[in-house]
Amino acid sequence: MKIGSGMSLEAIVLGLVLLFIAAFAYTASTGIHEWSGADSQAEGVISDLTGGAYEPWYSSIYEPQSGEIESLLFALQAAVGSLIIGYFLGYYRAMARARAASGAAERDGKKDA
Amino acid sequence: MHIMEGFLPHPWWEIWFALSLPVLAYGVYKMNRMIKESRETLPLLAVAGAFVFVLSSLKLPSVTGSCSHPTGTGMGAIIFGPWITSVLAVIVLVYQAVFLAHGGLTTLGANVFSMGIAGPAVGYLVYRAASRSGLHLYLSVFLAATLADWATYLMTSLQLALAFPAASGGVYASFEAFAAVFAITQVPLAAVEGAVTALMFKYIVQLRSDVLVRMNVVSEKAVARLREAAA
Repeated sequence: MKIGSGMSLEAIVLGLVLLFIAAFAYTASTGIHEWSGADSQAEGVISDLTGGAYEPWYSSIYEPQSGEIESLLFALQAAVGSLIIGYFLGYYRAMARARAASGAAERDGKKDA
Repeated sequence: MHIMEGFLPHPWWEIWFALSLPVLAYGVYKMNRMIKESRETLPLLAVAGAFVFVLSSLKLPSVTGSCSHPTGTGMGAIIFGPWITSVLAVIVLVYQAVFLAHGGLTTLGANVFSMGIAGPAVGYLVYRAASRSGLHLYLSVFLAATLADWATYLMTSLQLALAFPAASGGVYASFEAFAAVFAITQVPLAAVEGAVTALMFKYIVQLRSDVLVRMNVVSEKAVARLREAAA
């Protein structure tokens, strides 16, 4: 038996995502923004607060050599995650179907006997 | 929410390590015990961890004209609680610190505390309170994941404010300055994360509500109610 198989939640989530895209489009069209990362902006705040006196005392042991390599590693992270999610949801789905099928076969078998 | 490598001065980076390590250690212990007791939780654990992987890799543009990323920890917090979720978060944080120069090894303690502990703790408590109060299951998940995301960024703002108090106004003024960067940017991102988490949760309930009921994540009654609504 399926639970909550109505599509209403999907519709709400889709609506929210569309709203999110619309907000992005609106922001992008009403001014010039850098779209930089909030993490690096925090660095700017630190620099403001300390009058530029703070020097990081340790630097990253490895930095992606270019934006391309950085996006490769980010994409890899997302791909590995998606693969695992897809694998297990597919596995569960097939298990549920197989269980339902064997349950039906058993019932049919009893009827015949 | 990543505090960049080397950007937490002494004694703060040590303090956050000291606070995070015991939680992580207990999380590892709990995780091992859970897996040993019921193997059936292992796939869900993998899915929750993978969910953190996917969501925290997506840097999204926000209404402030800057980009930030969701955390994905809400799902783990709801199903497994904050202890185990801290272990899931540390895997991603180490990957990003070592390979992407996002966050850092010296700031790992602080980043684990915000993304792996504070956020998930808020998410867990919100979910428990909301679902117990009889709120719709998916709405409870939405609220929990949204607030877990947001709390993570407030925690980061607080961590930075404590380390860098303003000359005038002190920690509070600093907190306002950091929260202005993190908290507002994060509002739309947190809402989308909450929605996506609710959807993901729906699929897990559809497929393995039996495991979630045994783990006391959802009640038999809530599942029956969803079943009726779908019928």
